[in-house]
Amino acid sequence: MSQQKLTVSLSPHTSGKDSVHRVMIDVVIALLPALAMSFYIFGFGAFRVTLLAVFSCVLFEYLIQKFMLKVKPTINDGSAVVTGMLLAFNLPSNLPWWMVIVGSLVAIGIAKMSFGGLGNNPFNPALVGRVFLFISFPVAMTSWPKPIVTRMSLVDAVTGATPLAIVKEGFKNNVAVTELMTKLPSYLDLFIGKVGGSLGEISAAALILGGMYLLYRKVISWHIPIAMLLTVFVFSGILWRVSPDKYIDPLFQILTGGIFLGAIFMATDMVTSPMTPKGMIIFGCGIGLITVVIRVFGAYPEGVSFAILIMNAFVPLIDKFCKPSKYGLVKNG
Amino acid sequence: MNSTILFTILSLSSLGVLSGIILFFIAKKFHVEEDPRIDDVEGVLPGANCGGCGYPGCRKFAEVCVQSKELEGLFCPVGGNNCMTDVAKILGIEVIEKAAMTAVVRCNGSYQNRPRTNVYDGTTWCKIVHNLYSGETGCSYGCMGLGDCVKSCKFDAIYISEETGLPVIDQDKCVACGACVKACPRKLIELRLKGKANRRIFVACSNPEKGGLARKVCKAACIGCGKCVKVCPFDAIEMKGPLAYIDFNKCKLCRKCVLECPTGAIHEINFPPKKSKPQPDPSGVAEKIENKDSSA
Amino acid sequence: MKLKKELKTFPKGGVHPADNKLSANRPIEELPLPQTVAIPVSQHLGAPAKPIVAVGDTVKVGQVIAESGGYVSTNIHATASGIVAKIEDVMDATGYRRLAVIINVEGDNWLENIDRTPDIKSEINASQEEIIKKVQADGIVGLGGATFPLHVKLTPPKGKKAEMLLINGVECEPFLTADHRLMLEKGQEILVGIRIVMRALDVEKTLIGIEANKLDAIEYLRTLTEGDVGIHVIPLKVQYPQGAEKQLVEALTSHQVPIGGLPIDVGIVVQNIGTIFAVYESIQKNKPLVDRVITVTGKKLINPSNFLVRFGVPTIDLIKAAGGLPQDTGKIISGGPMMGKALNTSDVPVTKGTSGILVLSKNEAKREEVLPCIRCARCVSHCPLGLEPYLLMSLVEKGMIDEAEKEIITNCCECGSCAYVCPAKRPLLDYIRLGKSIIMQRNREANQKAVQEARK
Repeated sequence: MSQQKLTVSLSPHTSGKDSVHRVMIDVVIALLPALAMSFYIFGFGAFRVTLLAVFSCVLFEYLIQKFMLKVKPTINDGSAVVTGMLLAFNLPSNLPWWMVIVGSLVAIGIAKMSFGGLGNNPFNPALVGRVFLFISFPVAMTSWPKPIVTRMSLVDAVTGATPLAIVKEGFKNNVAVTELMTKLPSYLDLFIGKVGGSLGEISAAALILGGMYLLYRKVISWHIPIAMLLTVFVFSGILWRVSPDKYIDPLFQILTGGIFLGAIFMATDMVTSPMTPKGMIIFGCGIGLITVVIRVFGAYPEGVSFAILIMNAFVPLIDKFCKPSKYGLVKNG
Repeated sequence: MNSTILFTILSLSSLGVLSGIILFFIAKKFHVEEDPRIDDVEGVLPGANCGGCGYPGCRKFAEVCVQSKELEGLFCPVGGNNCMTDVAKILGIEVIEKAAMTAVVRCNGSYQNRPRTNVYDGTTWCKIVHNLYSGETGCSYGCMGLGDCVKSCKFDAIYISEETGLPVIDQDKCVACGACVKACPRKLIELRLKGKANRRIFVACSNPEKGGLARKVCKAACIGCGKCVKVCPFDAIEMKGPLAYIDFNKCKLCRKCVLECPTGAIHEINFPPKKSKPQPDPSGVAEKIENKDSSA
Repeated sequence: MKLKKELKTFPKGGVHPADNKLSANRPIEELPLPQTVAIPVSQHLGAPAKPIVAVGDTVKVGQVIAESGGYVSTNIHATASGIVAKIEDVMDATGYRRLAVIINVEGDNWLENIDRTPDIKSEINASQEEIIKKVQADGIVGLGGATFPLHVKLTPPKGKKAEMLLINGVECEPFLTADHRLMLEKGQEILVGIRIVMRALDVEKTLIGIEANKLDAIEYLRTLTEGDVGIHVIPLKVQYPQGAEKQLVEALTSHQVPIGGLPIDVGIVVQNIGTIFAVYESIQKNKPLVDRVITVTGKKLINPSNFLVRFGVPTIDLIKAAGGLPQDTGKIISGGPMMGKALNTSDVPVTKGTSGILVLSKNEAKREEVLPCIRCARCVSHCPLGLEPYLLMSLVEKGMIDEAEKEIITNCCECGSCAYVCPAKRPLLDYIRLGKSIIMQRNREANQKAVQEARK
């Protein structure tokens, strides 16, 4: 018998290097290109909103855990930082500071902590925060600063509509598609992100870059983004083919609004998405479908956040019915 | 504007009335005839749904009571005799009284008595450790102190003592439902007669190994010397292999065995301290099972 | 590399833990005998053997000291010569004290009829029945870790016929190299052993599965089997748990073993390299199973090695021979890091089931803090059996055992892939094991009840 006491536990006696902390850091890293892009487009405003959202999310999580729930605060896992960043990405860069804080409180306090904290929330906290703000303060949430021209000014920024809002307005007033197109930014601008909008959603290119990193690190799998993008493309494509005068073309649908941010970062949120590839594809398709329905037939110009939240509610059901194929079950009959 | 409000009120209330009528007929149609005494019996049961009676929940127990002609073999350990008298009254049959029982832990492998030889690092369930190996101490039969019994207790009557690492049973809260008896993977917990004035004597060891081996891993182990058997005037103690067992139906609480036991494996509970052997007064904690070293 | 294209593996799940095959280049050495050996009578799956020697008896190496205790049981042989000192319970790798025969070693006298020369005898004279009888008498069990008595495996149940033999040279556990060394040093003997088992099972085809991290073994066995129509060496992609029976069957033949079934249900028998070598020694050399190759390894050990060890030698002796127990040892594991069993004392004797001794430092041994599940689904995508470990854990945690049984928790092979990949470090396998054991206990009790009622 050696003098030291041996440790006994069940196997496995080794574990992978990945941790929750590491996963969160990966998401933050993946968000950086889009963040840099929004700094470039919106300047100081973007910086202000992001910092405020991250700081208040972390602070609220700490305060709630420490003083209301009386548990050990878990802000070290980094999930609050990610929530804060994602919330900021869904806000216009000229949003008043107190609205950002209210949004963070809703995201952390209502959407996350009241369900039991990390891992137990059925809905994406950042999106709940955004939708709450969107419904409560529609004007502030939809007056977007114009890209680039406004980046140096802090107050009274020049605001303008997003491409999607232009389209929605145009269709409402029976403006022909060809005429609308002249008002809209080019596809290249849309892809790079020289357009108005929420601070993180504008640049498809930067978001795809981040998405590639997440795929490489295996934080997300391809199923949800691809299923969602394809559904949006195919569904709006069919509508466009049926009557090109009434509907905008699918490429425009994909490149505008929060489609890429939603597909790569919001819908793939681990906690609120299904567990199996089959389920992920159904989930992605559902989001794509609802998004297009809201955009084309609904009252709002944009529907990604609503679509994701609606599909979030279906996740338990999807998980129940989309089981992985079990070894040995097929052959057994 | 007024008409809008009027129509709203009208349509909503007519909807409500209509649903009410439908519900009324459905309730009539699908009404299940049930013995009203089941509700009465359930009413006097404690409603803890602990399963201590052997049936899934108080409702089921009430059903069984109503259906059976006599209360033989039916007993609610939580409600005790009072509760069963009430049940018998409702059903108009004779009550079968049972002596009050309580749970005892037949292990005294405290930190002091049983040195830890290794460290368990993992999920804190006794069942998991039991399946894995003999435990943190050398004793393969003793308590692992991870509290499966605590988790199983619906009455908050068990806690793990920080001092000894063993479960302590609060006899005032314990209703002898037997959940902990089933939960313990090493079968260390036994339901015993609560005893006169709540006094009990039992062997606090479950190690059936030979004396030498048992003693090697735990100072307070029963070594199977058999002295208690010889000294017992009531034939209440028998040896099960090298392990003594006191039959609580025969034991008259004379305490001779307690003095005789060389390792202090026999425990007495709620007795006043012996005059010849002054001990720290346990009156403050006398209500609970104390692992006091009572060797002679 | 040319090999890459043809590499097969099992299709679903699996992980890639760091290889850490520290002792891959160390030839097999024979470990000197200690002063006493403690030979447990239960070194195999099934009924323990019954001791037939008494204290004070003089025994020779290879002599039967405990007789098979039933059909699913085998003989236990003396692994050292000397005098039986005690027959008592000792702590073994199960973590419980169980009966063992303790021998005070005197010299090294073997039974005279055992052929200890290194010559290779490749001509097989034994018939099918003779082979099965002989391996039972010589106490041969599956040396992959499960220690299932070989004669049972070589006798397919009625109505079933083996069509193919698979040889498990995968050794997918990190650190372990015993099978690797055996293939390199005893390749010819292993091929003879394979032919013996093929004769016993009456099969024409054998596939040897070896992972691509043992290229030298693949090459060597390929040159030996060149021109052989029945035996093929199949290189496999490195992927844990390929050495698990079900995964190996799927990797090599694309068949799936049905739930609750055995490979024989799809006409397959799987044998481990070590077992095959033991069969060779038993049939051709008349040598019962008294020793095996064991890898002694660990990052902090001075000399990670492969030893030929007699059963009953205390674990600590092996560690001493490999450079001594490091200062900050946290865990000693019998087996590999993924499925091995942590020992509670270093005196535990090595047995037929010990494939390796792994010494982990305090840092490596420590379990990390458990965080809430973030539903990342890694456990689901890495489970080679298509289970949902996160779900099973929460079901067991809540006591919903029936639901867990419906999710086929019992099909879990306890490979540990789920707990390995979990970023929240959740003890998934702890709970799955708990659930399995509760179900198994319940089934046992139900069986007992049925038997009792049948008696009435």
